[in-house]
This record gives sequence, structure tokens and C-alpha cells, in this order.
Amino acid sequence: MRLRILQLAVLALLIAFWYAMTAPGLIPPFYFEQDNRAAFFFGEPQKVFWVVVDWFATGEIFPHLGITLLETALGFLIGASFGLGIGLWLALSPTASAITDPYIKGFNSMPRVVLAPIFAVWFGLGIWSKVALGVTLVFFVVFFNVYQGVREVSPNLIANARMLGASQRQLLRSIYLPSAMSWVFASLHNAVGLAFVGAVVGEYLGSSMGVGYLILQAEGTFDINTVFAGILVLTACALVLDSLVGVVERRLMTWQPKAGQTEKV
Amino acid sequence: MNTNGVPALRLANVTCRFADRDGGGEAYTAVADTTLTVEAGEFVSVVGPTGCGKSTLLNVAAGLLDPSAGSVEVFGQPLQAAEGVNRRAGYMFQADALMPWRTGIDNVVAGLEFRGVPRAEARVQGEEWLRRVGLAGFGDRYPHQMSGGMRKRLALAQTLILSPDILLMDEPFSALDVQTRQLMENELLDLWAQDRKSVLFITHDLEEAIALSDRVVVLSAGPATRPIGNFKVDLPRPRDVQEIRMTPAFLALHREIWSAMKEEVLKAYQRQKVG
Repeated sequence: MRLRILQLAVLALLIAFWYAMTAPGLIPPFYFEQDNRAAFFFGEPQKVFWVVVDWFATGEIFPHLGITLLETALGFLIGASFGLGIGLWLALSPTASAITDPYIKGFNSMPRVVLAPIFAVWFGLGIWSKVALGVTLVFFVVFFNVYQGVREVSPNLIANARMLGASQRQLLRSIYLPSAMSWVFASLHNAVGLAFVGAVVGEYLGSSMGVGYLILQAEGTFDINTVFAGILVLTACALVLDSLVGVVERRLMTWQPKAGQTEKV
Repeated sequence: MNTNGVPALRLANVTCRFADRDGGGEAYTAVADTTLTVEAGEFVSVVGPTGCGKSTLLNVAAGLLDPSAGSVEVFGQPLQAAEGVNRRAGYMFQADALMPWRTGIDNVVAGLEFRGVPRAEARVQGEEWLRRVGLAGFGDRYPHQMSGGMRKRLALAQTLILSPDILLMDEPFSALDVQTRQLMENELLDLWAQDRKSVLFITHDLEEAIALSDRVVVLSAGPATRPIGNFKVDLPRPRDVQEIRMTPAFLALHREIWSAMKEEVLKAYQRQKVG
């Protein structure tokens, strides 16, 4: 509780500082020549707040937010499925893994955000170019975790399942997949975050909808308050998404010991 | 119990060589020219110094590992690892081999599930086995929520539920404290007495080996491990592992086998110190 109060105090302090530095006429200008320049470059907290309130009150934000979240969800789901499938396949097939290894490494080291303009050409300015960018970002995070997860399954566990009569298919379902899933969930926070980045960056580079598009429009008219409002909304969304992932993780990973809770007799 | 005279398990002149880990060097011979037989219904323990290739022998018997030379027969049928594992054997591993993402009951019924037994039927059997190993009511716990002893019981139930004709056990109780361990040994003897499976039990603990077995096989120190002694244990059954350790017959056997083992244990110890 004390902690919460202190956390809120920090926020209040930051906003107060922001307000004091940008409100025209409040303190004499010390860097810019004119009184309203600071507000022009850095926005004003109360105006940012009203932009956000206005967005939600008129409902103007919802279609944009919906599009951005849809792109995030699709990018995540498609990227994670590909990552899981291809990760499992390569981890269980040493030959395929050896052949594709340099390409995987190459694609992974490439700054994949540069693909965004190409995707815009291929998939147009609709949601699919953003989804494609999200997929390339998410894929590698999930892929490497699954690959690692399958590789690190204890040989004991496999031998035991084989002795209990598991076929290759049953080994995949009962041992490799659950083991890989635990690694996928470990990377889930990261993967969802990257899907979000893919969606927003894609929107910046060319779109007709989405929160990234709103920010881009505002920037074009030097409306800094709206830009900040967009950033605030995106941050809030990212936090909500992250806590949702946390809920899903706790629900599905009950079998994993939590820190400080090892053995109960 | 030896009904038709065919041994349950027979390793004949088994040799296992492993390529050197660095690739270039000479191969490491873990087991050399070992012949070992387990009759139907017999409880055989294999003792030997640490690192002498005991687990290798068990993996060969399980069909998880093909020997470099020699053959394995299961009830008269040749066994080849390339064609799959030994389907008539259950294997209890030294380390934890439970599936951490399955609850106790789901771990116990895993083998039935792999064999396509309907779920409801499997659960009934699973509950019954949980009760038999003293874990009734713990079926919905995950392995990490259980103690080491409970996990061993779970592993035992997981193996025995399939009613294997041969039970392979690799130092199954070595990670337990002495008290829990003796309780588990007694429980194992009780369960075994009910239907007399053939058991191949690997341990480095001579007392455990004598207390449990019909026969104790002593292995030499590695590399190139081979049996150097074969002792019949004709102590009366049913036994209580705590009490039998105090009897003169037990102590005499212990002295006799230990004198055969001592030199090998010292050899292994010296090698470890040098290495």
C-alpha cells in the first residue's frame, strides 16, 4: 500500500514537472525564445489527457485500437504457430536442422523491421502487411525457444516414455510438445510485445487505420499532444496485453513450481 | 516359478564400447564379455563400484542400447534395440523420469494410455495403484508438489501398472534418506511377493542387494566391467529389510561378498582419485 502511494507520487511528480516546464507563461522561458515553444515541442499534460478522454468519449479511438489489436493478435498467433511447428520439426530432424542452420541464423540477425516496406508492397496498406511484420518478429522468438526446449528434454524422460510403450507419435504429443510449450510460454511476454511492435511500426510506415496511423497523422500536423495521447494509449494497451499473458500463463502452467515453492510433502 | 526353463532375461557375452567423446581417441569399453541370466520369478541384484557400467547393462537389457557384441534374449526371443525396446520389461530409472506437466494419476496411467486403454478404465486401475503404493488421495498433485519418496512411489506405480514380466531397476532408491529407503524396500518386496516378477536390480549398496535378492552378482571395476562373483542368497522370505540385516546369516553373506568386492571398490576409488 505504501509502495502504491509512492509509485503514484512519482507519477504525480513527473506530470507536475511536465506541466511546469511546458505551460506557457508559468515560468520565464530559459531555452526557447518564445513562451509557447516548449508546449509546441513537448505537449501539455492536461491537453494530452483531454485528447485521450475525447477519443474514448466520442468512440473515435475504438476502430483504430481494434485494428491495431487485431494485427497484434494475428501476428502473434500465426508467428507462434509457425515457430512451434518449424521449431519442433527442425529439433527432431538433425539433417533438416543442419541444412537450414545458416539461413535461420541469417534471417535472425537481419534487422527484420527493414522488411516492412517490402511487406507494404506485397500485402498492401491493409492489416496484412502489419501482420506479416509481426509474424517475422514473433516467429524467431518462439522458434528458438521451441528448438531449445525440445533439445533439452531430459533423455531420461524420453527413455521412460519409450519403456512405457510410447510410439514416436505419442512421444511427440506427450513429451516433446508439452516440454516445448513450457518454453513457448516462457517467451510469451516477449512474443506478444514484439507482435505489438510489428503492428505499430507497420502502421507508421503506411496505413489507413490503427493507432500508429493516428500518431502518424498527428505528427504530420505537428499536433504533439495527440502524438503523446497515442503513445499513452499504446502503453496502456501493452500493459493490459502483458497482464493478460500473465493470466493465461498462470492458468496453463500450474504444473511448474513457482519460485520459493519447491516441494510440498 | 521357473515353469518352462527358459530364463526371463539372458545377456550373452555382451560387450559395450563407446566412441571417445572427443572423436579421435580410442573407444571406451564400459562392459566386456558379460553373461548374465535372470530366471523367471527371480530377484537378481547387480552390485559394483561406482561408474562401472551397471546402468549400461540395464539399458542393454531394456533394449534402449544395442551392445557392440553379444546378444540379449527375453524369454528365449532375441532382442534388438533397432526394432524397439523390450516390451516385456518395466524400467525404473535412477533419476526422476516423471512427466512434470502431468498430475500423479496422469503419470501413473501414462503407460495404459500409450497402449490405448480407455480413459475411464485406466483411471480406475490408476487409483488402485496409487492406493497400493500409499499415494491414495495424492493423484491430483504435480510431481514438484511431492517429496522425493512420493515421487519414487509414483514411478513405481507407473512401472508396475503395466504388469511387466521383467522389472529393471537402476538404483531406484539411492536418492532417498535411509529411513524412507528401508520403507520403500519393504514395500517393493511386498509388491514383488504378490506376483513374483523377474527383477534385475542395480545398486552400489551391498546391504540393499543382499536384503532384497535371491542372487547377487558382483561386477569388477570399470573400464571393461565383467561379473567376478555370483552369490546365492538363501535367506528366508518374507523378509523385513531392517531386521534381516541383524541376522548372522546375513552378516556372513555380507562378509563373504564384501571380500570379493573390496578390491574392486578400492581400484575404482584409486582410479577416480588419479583421474
